[in-house]
Amino acid sequence: MSVVDRQEWDVVVVGAGGAGLRAAIEARERGARTAVICKSLFGKAHTVMAEGGIAAAMANVNEHDNWQVHFRDTMRGGKFLNQWRMAELHAREAPDRVWELETWGALFDRTKDGRISQRNFGGHEYPRLAHVGDRTGLELIRTLQQKIVSLQQEDFKETGDYESRLKVFQECTVTRVLKQDEKVSGVFAYDRETGRFFVLEAPAVVIATGGIGKSFKVTSNSWEYTGDGHALALLAGAPLLNMEFVQFHPTGMVWPPSVKGILVTESVRGDGGVLRNSDGKRFMFDYVPDVFKEKYAESEEEADRWYDDPENNRRPPELLPRDEVARAINSEVKAGRGSPHGGVFLDVSTRMPAEVIKRRLPSMYHQFKELADVDITAEAMEVGPTCHYVMGGIAVDSDSAAARGVPGLFAAGEVAGGMHGSNRLGGNSLSDLLVFGRRAGWHAAEYSAGLAGGRPVVEDAQIDAAAAEALRPFSAESPDEAAPENPYTLHQELQQTMNDLVGIIRREGEMAHALEKLAELRVRARRAGVEGHRQFNPGWHLALDLRNMLLVSECVARAALERTESRGGHTREDHPTMERSWRNVNLLCRLADPTGGLAATDPERGQIDLVRETTEPIRPDLLALFDKEELVKYLAEEELYE
Amino acid sequence: MSSYEARFKVWRGDTEGGDLEDFKVEVNDGEVVLDIIHRLQATQAPDLAVRWNCKAGKCGSCSAEINGRPRLMCMTRMSVFSREETITVTPLRAFPVIRDLVTDVGFNYQKARQVPAFVPPKELGPGEYRMMQEDVDRSQEFRKCIECFLCQDTCHVVRDHEENKQAFAGPRFLMRVAELDMHPLDAAAESGLDRKATAQDEHGLGYCNITKCCTEVCPEGIKITDNALIPLKERAVDRKYDPLVWLGSKIRRRS
Repeated sequence: MSVVDRQEWDVVVVGAGGAGLRAAIEARERGARTAVICKSLFGKAHTVMAEGGIAAAMANVNEHDNWQVHFRDTMRGGKFLNQWRMAELHAREAPDRVWELETWGALFDRTKDGRISQRNFGGHEYPRLAHVGDRTGLELIRTLQQKIVSLQQEDFKETGDYESRLKVFQECTVTRVLKQDEKVSGVFAYDRETGRFFVLEAPAVVIATGGIGKSFKVTSNSWEYTGDGHALALLAGAPLLNMEFVQFHPTGMVWPPSVKGILVTESVRGDGGVLRNSDGKRFMFDYVPDVFKEKYAESEEEADRWYDDPENNRRPPELLPRDEVARAINSEVKAGRGSPHGGVFLDVSTRMPAEVIKRRLPSMYHQFKELADVDITAEAMEVGPTCHYVMGGIAVDSDSAAARGVPGLFAAGEVAGGMHGSNRLGGNSLSDLLVFGRRAGWHAAEYSAGLAGGRPVVEDAQIDAAAAEALRPFSAESPDEAAPENPYTLHQELQQTMNDLVGIIRREGEMAHALEKLAELRVRARRAGVEGHRQFNPGWHLALDLRNMLLVSECVARAALERTESRGGHTREDHPTMERSWRNVNLLCRLADPTGGLAATDPERGQIDLVRETTEPIRPDLLALFDKEELVKYLAEEELYE
Repeated sequence: MSSYEARFKVWRGDTEGGDLEDFKVEVNDGEVVLDIIHRLQATQAPDLAVRWNCKAGKCGSCSAEINGRPRLMCMTRMSVFSREETITVTPLRAFPVIRDLVTDVGFNYQKARQVPAFVPPKELGPGEYRMMQEDVDRSQEFRKCIECFLCQDTCHVVRDHEENKQAFAGPRFLMRVAELDMHPLDAAAESGLDRKATAQDEHGLGYCNITKCCTEVCPEGIKITDNALIPLKERAVDRKYDPLVWLGSKIRRRS
């Protein structure tokens, strides 16, 4: 039996991005002793890369905005698959969550009368995104980080210890959520720096680990996005919801190769940038789908007038939801009208004076200048779709953020499913983090306090099993004397597979092939070997992350194969239209073998079982916010009658 | 697209010590130093320890010294070096090594805790804050900081003087004091906290002799010395005479 350090906490938060930190703040303020575990240094989480802003109907710039309009936009963006109660809570609570940040020291860009400024974004009817230039995510993470420090300062004054009630375990990775019977009892983790294992015993665990982008070759996501939380929840017995919906952001850098996929913020279009093909044509006018026809401009003249006179003109089609724009770019490139490096042109240089570009889009100016030798004030950028966000995630209760079926497990942020339906609107992720991070922290603290003395116990056998699993790469199995597999090579093959076979446009045969390839990779990953020792060893870390990426990739591929329609972030070439009959269908992924045996090699069966579920009907007063004519486009016949 | 083979020297070792290790490695068009480090991991040194995250100059994780100069590896393009040049990558010198290119930056997190947080004004509730853009510009500049700690690494007050670390917060956290001091609604003064005084008395502002090394290495282009440290010294001056303030104002006017 291994001797492993144990500590006791009330709430453990896995992940220190926006959702994790907001959850930790809430749990601590509600009296729970709270630990945060994150893979990177404190303050480096992927949230720093969010650029455009936080969507919240504060109505600072357009007085007509309110939560109902925001709710409507969110449901339209998600093609009505959203867990509607989450979309409602999100729209109602987002303004308070933004204002609260100001009381913690955040400094947003201002309107002329000194309020928080708000900018236009795709799919949002009014200017709605609170922002700081194009570095809003950095402001968000720093504000939450500094709020945590201020709580620690309070604790220090009272107890003499900064970490007595709120501690950040940075550069540590959780590999298992532990349970006693059905209930959460803690987490098993390793310290990246030393390689030492430790256990945090806690009855409530909030998963806030973000997304899965590192399973794809072209992605805007950082190394941390290996689907850890998705996999932890699956392994703990919780289902994942609608994993087929993966957002490809329409505008990633395409050149040079080493930066391919890095994000170009949607603010470029929100502030007036336009998309052109190699013929110089603003092609988005050709790609406005029927459901959005009445809301978007039909001519360049009308689109251009909208920026100054939104009351009397319709918005430019460059500001359609991201799934529409990404598919349009893909089609243009395929039709041979792409830019030299396989993207299209995104131009602000002819739309705004150079000083305005530098002031409003400083990071973009810097990013292109430094990484691509392109001066965006003088020439167009080349951009193309990049894997950006997963709408699917842990199935949760809307109000409490509790994961289904596993008492004590909570999830918030990108790792949680439902909120964004089949496609997320830009700006809705930062507000999602704040609204549901807070709710997860609140309910985790409440749940933990409610257990009092009856806390689940961490059993030694589970710790031993988790330790053995984590050490396996150091004694990789090689039955036929074959050399161990290189984890970096396996990762590259996985990324290529997902990119080519389960990417932005999907086909049945390719996805079936992907499942076979994933099964093969899964077997080979058992033989992933590692050189060196446990101290800060990236090869070992990657070998362990592979388990998670393979699990999550299978969920994506299997659900994508099942859903025979195109909707939001799921486009089937063989089923190109949105089907109303699929509107109320959720796909749930569960672990096929709940005992945790992970090497099932049969692609037919694999590791994941898929279940269909009918969604809860949308509440009548929320449905009443839409016109009948619009609902007819989305809802199935029987839903309309009720 | 052209590729070539570059020569690299990368420091490898741990708390016990270490040395530069030679590598020959492929370089392609448009790549940055971090790409090359990743290629070494994938092909020659799978356990080479390095921190990184966003690979877009936004998170400040991949700080190292490249040919002796503190830089972000993800924002250092290979094209700034000649093909013949041997490129040397070493960990940040001012902080203790953990392994290879990874250092213990805990010093910075300790210092962050010693700066009292923003004090919200009592009379204003959430949503009632009104601030003019020109009044938040200055503090916003400082909030561009990505905490890469290159300024902390290069500042010679601590770089070659371990003993100063106790008393000196470093440019990053003196700038944090300045940011809060210039925040239009910070109510520290009303609560009895004089931020200018703490800069001098608790965070070692007096150690700074405005050589501007921090500004030079800042990947965000923040004018740390001119816009944060010198004004902070000027604001603190009515409490203590500091000859460098006088000198600083002269230098600033000249440039």
